[in-house]
Amino acid sequence: MTAPLLVADAIERHYEVRRDGLLGKRRSLRAVDGVSFAVPPGRTLGLVGESGCGKSTTAKLVLGLVPLTGGTVRFDGQPVQARHDAAWRRQRRDMQMVYQDPLGALDRRLPVGRQIMEPLAIHRIGTPNGRRDKAMALLEAVGLGASHLGRYPHELSGGQRQRIVLARAMILEPRLLVCDEPVSALDVSIQAQVVNLLGDIQARFGVAYLFISHDLRIVRQVSHEVAVMYLGRIVEQGEPDRLFSQPEHPYTRALVSAIPTARGAKARERILLQGDPPNPVDVPSGCAFRTRCAWAQPLCAERRPELRPLADGTRVACHMTHGDIAARRAA
Amino acid sequence: MLRYLATRLLRALLTILAVSTFAFAILNLSGDPALLIMSVDAPPEAIEAFRKSWGLDRPMWVQYLHFLDNALHGDLGRSMRDGRDAFTVVWERVPATLALTLPAFLLKIGIGVSAGIFAALHRNAFADRMTMTLSVAGYTMPSFVLGLVLALVFAVNLGWLPSGGYGTVEHAILPVITLSLAGAAVLARFTRSAMIEVLGQPYIRAATAKGLPWRRVITGHALPNAAIPTVTVIGFMIGGLIAGAVVVESVFSWPGVGRLLVVAVANRDLAVVQSILLLIASCMVVANLLVDLTYGWIDPRVRTHRAAGAG
Amino acid sequence: MFGLAPPPILEIAGLTVDFDTGKRIVRAVHGVDLKLGRGEALGLVGESGSGKSVTWMAVMRLLGPRARIGGEILLDGASIPDMPEPAVEKLRGRRMAMIFQDATSALNPVHRIGSQLAEAVRLHRGLSGASARVEARRLLDRVRIANAQQRLDEYPHQLSGGMNQRVMIAMALAGAPDLLIADEPTTALDATIQAQILDLLREIRRDSGMAMVLISHDLGVVAENCDRIAVMYAGRIVEEAPSDALFEDPRHPYTRGLMAALPDLDGPRRALVAIPGTVPEPWSLPPGCSFAPRCPDAVPACAAGVPPLLASGSRRRAACIRVAGADVAAPTRELVW
Repeated sequence: MTAPLLVADAIERHYEVRRDGLLGKRRSLRAVDGVSFAVPPGRTLGLVGESGCGKSTTAKLVLGLVPLTGGTVRFDGQPVQARHDAAWRRQRRDMQMVYQDPLGALDRRLPVGRQIMEPLAIHRIGTPNGRRDKAMALLEAVGLGASHLGRYPHELSGGQRQRIVLARAMILEPRLLVCDEPVSALDVSIQAQVVNLLGDIQARFGVAYLFISHDLRIVRQVSHEVAVMYLGRIVEQGEPDRLFSQPEHPYTRALVSAIPTARGAKARERILLQGDPPNPVDVPSGCAFRTRCAWAQPLCAERRPELRPLADGTRVACHMTHGDIAARRAA
Repeated sequence: MLRYLATRLLRALLTILAVSTFAFAILNLSGDPALLIMSVDAPPEAIEAFRKSWGLDRPMWVQYLHFLDNALHGDLGRSMRDGRDAFTVVWERVPATLALTLPAFLLKIGIGVSAGIFAALHRNAFADRMTMTLSVAGYTMPSFVLGLVLALVFAVNLGWLPSGGYGTVEHAILPVITLSLAGAAVLARFTRSAMIEVLGQPYIRAATAKGLPWRRVITGHALPNAAIPTVTVIGFMIGGLIAGAVVVESVFSWPGVGRLLVVAVANRDLAVVQSILLLIASCMVVANLLVDLTYGWIDPRVRTHRAAGAG
Repeated sequence: MFGLAPPPILEIAGLTVDFDTGKRIVRAVHGVDLKLGRGEALGLVGESGSGKSVTWMAVMRLLGPRARIGGEILLDGASIPDMPEPAVEKLRGRRMAMIFQDATSALNPVHRIGSQLAEAVRLHRGLSGASARVEARRLLDRVRIANAQQRLDEYPHQLSGGMNQRVMIAMALAGAPDLLIADEPTTALDATIQAQILDLLREIRRDSGMAMVLISHDLGVVAENCDRIAVMYAGRIVEEAPSDALFEDPRHPYTRGLMAALPDLDGPRRALVAIPGTVPEPWSLPPGCSFAPRCPDAVPACAAGVPPLLASGSRRRAACIRVAGADVAAPTRELVW
């Protein structure tokens, strides 16, 4: 069992906010509220959840872009801290990020070739010629050609831009790539191209991915392990096929049942949640999901369920799943 | 909310203080009032006596502290020309200035906003291009050129209106028009962009999809949103109600505050200049404050906070 | 089959939409033929540049002066393209309504929810004042918004995306239209909220018998909510079939390509088969079939001419010479004596 590449241990990110204007009460916005996971080298951990669940904030915490208010992150055994010093910069070489909007991630004024080479220049690696060669090699690896070196971002299509972003991210040969909704802004027929490309890159370079998305279907496709987040916490974590075909946590069940199927498997029971998810400023006591859970009982308000493994290794944070309360629907 | 107001007021006071200090320093460094008021060939003893009586022989910072102390007691000094209380001298002229700037303000808004809306509704058509070209001409032309040209045409050549002076409505027509044209031009351009931006928003298309007649979409949905940035610009123009007519008053020999300022600066009449500057600064600051408050009031997104949950 | 089927609520024949960009004229829709029955739910699937939204904005005449609409659009017999604007205004909201993708920005930010709803109610039901407000409240209850009374006095930015979409649906219902066009109504929403909204639309359709056009890029969404699905590519319909039939047996290579490229949540995990290349720009469409450059089944004849949308089995159509009317394309073997 190889040592994990990235370990997040009970990480937290709380913001102090003032509700209701200037003189309102001070509240704590718990964007990330005690999240732990490990990413083995060369494997993909998928992080899914809806808006406000904290998955993007988790990505930033893991990369050291935003300071932690609790817990630790370790990359290759070394702590990751959001201090922009030499150690942090050194860690940049090993972990990179890919964002949702490829046009926004690229500088409109520079030709893409320059942008792919830029990380090498920043970290002072190689000679100008050597960098150019590397850039060309990477363009090829992402399925583009040398002719694209001199183009500008607006001259390329969405899918091509995302490939450029990937090439730029990979030029330092990082060990970890954090992808935050990398295909959501692309046309569906292009999404498959980029997803396949991500798979090729992982096979070729052995890079690990932290893959963040709201699209369960894509996450199932690319991940070796999936974690489902709700209001800053992980509620279920496990092997994708198992998790999506037999979800345990009530939220995962509702989420999975909400995904429409094209294959006519309408037999799946649709669990409709009522209302909107609560604000991360007002996280309910105990289990964060209890206000919308059909099976909630008094214990759920008193004690926060821990993320514990079941017999087959799937980890679930729910009192009912672990038998602490009877599996009985509330009135 | 209270804290917000308090901070704004504090900043306003600091601004006024900064302006008056700056004015004081510049005026004192740039010329000798004694020489200017009394003629150059006055005997040196007379000049010395003048200086002494006005406290000009003391070091500058002493003069300044003296001035501040007096100001806080409501005494802004005396005009060096006629010895009267400076503030009264200034205040007397305010109605004359307002007689020009208020009608010009209303005219600016009327012409400018209508032209802007008109241009936006006929975007890229000839009417739009024409309006915008006129607007550019309007705000690039210096007001004294415009004033002189108007005076030349309407007063000298056609003889319809007087070329300067004060007294009747006819005397006010040319200066008011000169004053309003530049402002109207700026407002036209601004309103046009605000309207165009609003017309491109999804809620305009949704309102049309609802089945509302186009007129109702414009008046009920587009204008209220375009009003938000436009009102803020208009609010800033309020600041110019006292100060905005300096050049025009000079061109048309209109006895307002602006003209007084020009004369007082030329004479280094310290107290008068300072009074005018304080008045102008307060006016600007009040205008800014009004804009802040109005903005918070007309845009509900600023006024209220998100009550619902995320997602 | 007894008796005559009632006439379709909407008939589109040879619809073309051209945009005058000042520099050139670009065709966004190249001849669309569709019929929509009363109470029927039609799904429209396509990616960017497919023309799926432009088609329906043309039906609602929301495209603005730069667009030129050609062909025929009949709403319950009334011809839309040459109707004068005041007549179209009367149809909007009352006979046909449209809801959009991002509901929060489709609502006026400076007016309260209640006032915007009341505006629709006043317009279509002739109510005013207090009774309009009461009706607005009833509509909010109908779309299952909690605390309806409070919401009436709130502004759009104070409500979540899902709630605003419900408000939009409520506004669309104010005129009790025969046809609702939903343009990607749930794309911007979270999965669980999407399920709620689609469920609401289903319920409303059941109760009112309203026809619906559901535009989406998500095959799953249209599969579960529509009786019939039309697939569009580069401004044309390339396949049309009843929902079940389409998923069981997709005929057009683009439809098959889409299904192979999209991952599922159920079933075994399989490799995604991507469609190579990109969607062509409207001003530089390839000659002949627009999909040919990316098509695994393309032959030289594909570039010769645009394949017509022909019948391909019962109640199905496909625009591909390799599929539909293959019997027509092949030479008939006549016995020559």
